[in-house]
Amino acid sequence: MPSGLGRTRSGRREPPPGRCSVRIVGGRLEHPDSHTLERFLATGGNNSFRKALLEMTPEAVAAEVLTANLLGRGGAGFEAGRKWGMLRKAKRRYLVVNGDESEPATFKDHLLVERDPHQLVEGASIAAYAIGASLAVIYLRGEFALGLERVQEAINDAYRIGALGRDIFGSGFSLDILLQPGAGAYICGEETALLESLEGKRGFPRIKPPYFPAVIGLYGAPTIVNNVETVSNLPWIVEHGGEAFKSLGSGRSTGTRLFALSGQVNRPGVYEVEMTKITFRDLIFGEEYGQGLAPSRNLTAFIPGGASSPWFFPEHLDLPLGQDEVAKAGSMLGSGSVIVMDDSSCPVRSAWRIARFFARESCGQCTPCREGGTWIDRIMERIEIGNGREEDLDLLLDLCDNISPGVVWPPAQTTICVLGPSIPPAISAAISRFRDDFLLHIKEGRCPHA
Amino acid sequence: MARFEGEMLGRAERLASLYPDPRSAIIPLCHLAQEQDGYVTEEAIAHIGELVGATGAEVQGTASFYDMLKFEPVGKYVIGVCTNISCMLRGGYELLDAASNTLGVPPGETTADGIFTLEEVECVAHCDKAPAVQINYRYFGPVDSDAFAELVGQLKSGELDEQVPEHGTLIRVLRDAPPPIPLEEIDAERARQDAEREARAASREV
Repeated sequence: MPSGLGRTRSGRREPPPGRCSVRIVGGRLEHPDSHTLERFLATGGNNSFRKALLEMTPEAVAAEVLTANLLGRGGAGFEAGRKWGMLRKAKRRYLVVNGDESEPATFKDHLLVERDPHQLVEGASIAAYAIGASLAVIYLRGEFALGLERVQEAINDAYRIGALGRDIFGSGFSLDILLQPGAGAYICGEETALLESLEGKRGFPRIKPPYFPAVIGLYGAPTIVNNVETVSNLPWIVEHGGEAFKSLGSGRSTGTRLFALSGQVNRPGVYEVEMTKITFRDLIFGEEYGQGLAPSRNLTAFIPGGASSPWFFPEHLDLPLGQDEVAKAGSMLGSGSVIVMDDSSCPVRSAWRIARFFARESCGQCTPCREGGTWIDRIMERIEIGNGREEDLDLLLDLCDNISPGVVWPPAQTTICVLGPSIPPAISAAISRFRDDFLLHIKEGRCPHA
Repeated sequence: MARFEGEMLGRAERLASLYPDPRSAIIPLCHLAQEQDGYVTEEAIAHIGELVGATGAEVQGTASFYDMLKFEPVGKYVIGVCTNISCMLRGGYELLDAASNTLGVPPGETTADGIFTLEEVECVAHCDKAPAVQINYRYFGPVDSDAFAELVGQLKSGELDEQVPEHGTLIRVLRDAPPPIPLEEIDAERARQDAEREARAASREV
């Protein structure tokens, strides 16, 4: 039961293609003025926050989210309700919304903050009420200039209409929301690095345990960190109930998700899709979605969940877009970003570019990631430009093994965070699947796709 | 001009007072310094330290971690060409070469007239418009070499002034709200809510 939020290559915002059945976070996006307070209020805006405050206890809101089985939409896919349940009891608690979207090929939060910032503020307000936080911070990627403007406007609007500040809607609940810009660092999407950054420090991920900021988070206080899309689901869940949310999708994959489709596909864009109801083939080739590849091109590989997820190949096309289905097949749905590669592209180059990204963005704390990533980047580059050596393939796999022992999935870790272990999947997938391409680069110094 | 002055000083002081710990304002204040001077000057770093109760070295230590913060003058327009995977698959590197030719500088450098700085950037989350370009963090795409040359022309003629303001990202991000509720009041609220919660739990047990 798909519904698209067509953002097309022509740059025009088109009405959603195909049948519009269920839209949870993208319900307003068909309106060109979806970012305005007027549109927000005319389409049920704040009804859910009002309902939560005036008709529900915080525990009742949390119970609906637990029932909904809302999986975090940032990448790790952890149940939001369970995360909330881990909150340590303390005098001060904080909510932090993670809008530092930087995983390569992920652009759905960018859409949400620009096109429906009020929904984000309402969702954050509901989350804050449910966990008992009186201060929330929305941390947005610093590069999202327009998103920052619009979210700040939405926050200003909320204060103006009495949806933020003291004694909201006469409920006795008070809440402040601050907007925090990042300043260009992929690692700050890792929640403990984000908290460090928010405390005015370098974005170094924190040593675990504690594994969850719910134990020790911002300023040492218990803190819930939820993704932009995750909290944007909350108004719908409060309005319709956790059971209604859970009735969409199947198994652990409930509700809808925004899938960001990019790469060598005819119609890249963000599509809201009911979980598990369509396959990767539908998403990439379907008339309502990606509309296939350029004429006479064949699919060689696709990445199902952002640059750090293991690659998939044509034999995986019929897997449904579901958390467990993708995990069982050896990858992850991650941030919901599907990257398409056709046979005009060089898999060596693609793997190298991904490795280079992680090498550049390593925070430098852990040797396997800092040095291993840099070595892999350099070795991949020399292979790509025709200076590779035959022993390089074993060297690459050995380096991968040092960063992530066994190069298994889910990855084992020798580092504080998962940035390092995000490098091996692309490298090992490319070497095992496209060994001949590597060997042509190495032995003949040429790229078969050039 | 390097310390915050006039209206900018007011903005800076308000920013520093927003957070439970003023050091949380370090990054926003660095952005603000860029709005004022184009880059984060040594004097601004010292001033930010004064405003948040940190040393200049601490502020510098934080700021140097982040790609968007510049410590040397940059062009009026900082142009970033994305070459990450989705853009690369659609010609990101070719566009970077074309941009370099059009502007006459390699990535990482500023044109002699001080108008343009060219950068190769990582994924800017504009992947459905690949290959994508960010100009002072405003997004364009898909851009080919002709479209790039046209954009440069429009920037020079001032046609894009409305869409692409000078320098960083915060120029139009203005908080218009009462000061946050003091922490002590939050603590009292917290205690009250917890008491209510316990009372509810106790009444359920009965």
